[in-house]
Amino acid sequence: MDIQAITDRVPFNVEEVRKDFPALHQEVYGKPLVYFDNAATSQKPIQVIERLENYYKHHNSNVHRGVHFLSQTATDEYEGARKTIQQFINAKHEHEVIYTRGTTEGINLVAQSFGRKFFQKGDEIIISHLEHHSNIVPWQLIAEEREAVLKIIPINEKGEMSVEELEGLITDRTRIIATLHVSNSLGTINPVEDIIALAHKHDIPVLLDGAQAVPHMQVDVQALDCDFYVFSGHKMFGPTGIGILYGKEKWLEEMPPYMGGGDMIKVVKLDKTTFNDLPHKFEAGTPHISGGIGLEEAVKYIWKVGYENISRHEHELLIYGTEVLSGIEGLRIVGTADQKASVISFLVGDIHPYDLGTILDRLGIAIRTGHHCTQPIMDRFEIPGTMRASFAFYNTKEEIDRLAEAIQKGRKMFE
Amino acid sequence: MSKSISDIEQEIVEEFSLFDDWMDKYQYIIEMGQSLPTIPDTHKTEDNIVHGCQSQVWLLADDQNGQIHYQADSDAVITKGLIALLIRVLSNHPAEDILKTDMGFVDRIGIRDHLSPNRSNGLNAMIKQMKIYALAYQAKAQQNK
Repeated sequence: MDIQAITDRVPFNVEEVRKDFPALHQEVYGKPLVYFDNAATSQKPIQVIERLENYYKHHNSNVHRGVHFLSQTATDEYEGARKTIQQFINAKHEHEVIYTRGTTEGINLVAQSFGRKFFQKGDEIIISHLEHHSNIVPWQLIAEEREAVLKIIPINEKGEMSVEELEGLITDRTRIIATLHVSNSLGTINPVEDIIALAHKHDIPVLLDGAQAVPHMQVDVQALDCDFYVFSGHKMFGPTGIGILYGKEKWLEEMPPYMGGGDMIKVVKLDKTTFNDLPHKFEAGTPHISGGIGLEEAVKYIWKVGYENISRHEHELLIYGTEVLSGIEGLRIVGTADQKASVISFLVGDIHPYDLGTILDRLGIAIRTGHHCTQPIMDRFEIPGTMRASFAFYNTKEEIDRLAEAIQKGRKMFE
Repeated sequence: MSKSISDIEQEIVEEFSLFDDWMDKYQYIIEMGQSLPTIPDTHKTEDNIVHGCQSQVWLLADDQNGQIHYQADSDAVITKGLIALLIRVLSNHPAEDILKTDMGFVDRIGIRDHLSPNRSNGLNAMIKQMKIYALAYQAKAQQNK
């Protein structure tokens, strides 16, 4: 961890933290913005914004290519960021950290590359009923191509999956288990340690979709012992268009390249090309250089605030929000797992989520409505969608009060 | 003689000009949504879904003696209110008139601004689908001549 970040750390004060986020200080429709759509994307601290600006003003150049000074500084910054991200997730090797465009690309990369190498006709892939579409569709695509079978871990009424049920699905044909760490639509925190322990007992690798976990909690890929871990920069206060695929060296070495192009090659002859070493083997083309650098700054920002502060404050918001919203007549929370991140999905009476969401928007409150890219979950609960308030560490209890008032006001309009 | 499309548009613009704030405007749209008759479940099929809306929208059209008649429904009431407005403007007019109109009233009553981009796209998708029906019935009528 960055020593400077620790020494810079001050006691957590939400009002102080909010000052770092310019986008939070604006009015929409003449009302102060309440931003509760953090699970879709988080706002960016000024440190990240300035780092991006600084990069483009002073260091912009292509990486890994030039003999000139600027190219070298850009490469140093970009590769330095990879080292920081390695520390952030405690990966064993720097080359196990692959830059991607985001979680979706990370999963597609593994599905295509791992799948082509290891899936045979009749092999099985296990995912859960809780997955985001981006952890369903890539597996459906490769399953169809390789004639493999997709099996689904069911969930209970609270939105939790059970490790016992997973055990029942495992056979000697199971090639991979891909599941999420934290649910984007219900907030459920999965028992990933148990899932990984069970999978490894059967020599099955595990991919974790960590998009909704890294903004909220410390992730240590070695302690988890997961085989793949994917996440996005933009949900953890970094830029859009950049994400990370962590993979254990032994898998990444065996997997074929996913995309061809510049940077991923060693020698190109017209009849035969040899590929570059990790991590570049999986990073074809000019990468999102500023994205990687901005992501490093986001990591440093998280370190500065401190995960213990983030987790504590967000848990307080979750408890407070659950209590306040539950007090509203006709409001039903969807997803009541025992272990939850700061996400509250809800419905009010029989009002369509989209209707109430529109009114909340007019009252200055940004929430998400719809199926949250998890249609199977909505089918499971037989609902068209939900309203979802997702909190970050810069949110406050006063904002939750405003949400509750707005729901009350909006509800009356549909009576 | 029945009112022209532009007469109805003008009528709606005048009605909306009576509202001082957005909440009253929405309340009016909600009331229109609540009073638009629902269509039978048997018509709520995949074929009749208007894609491009975040809520479910079903649209039906038929040619009644040279005039296009629309029916529509949605599971979201604000969306349904917007459809009610579109139906009020376009239903029971010749295909030719429907195809000619630019639906300028949508901007004049200021609802496009007040709707999220997603929903605004939904509104556009509904208008487009209504015009496609008009075009189809026009082509069919010409074929039968």
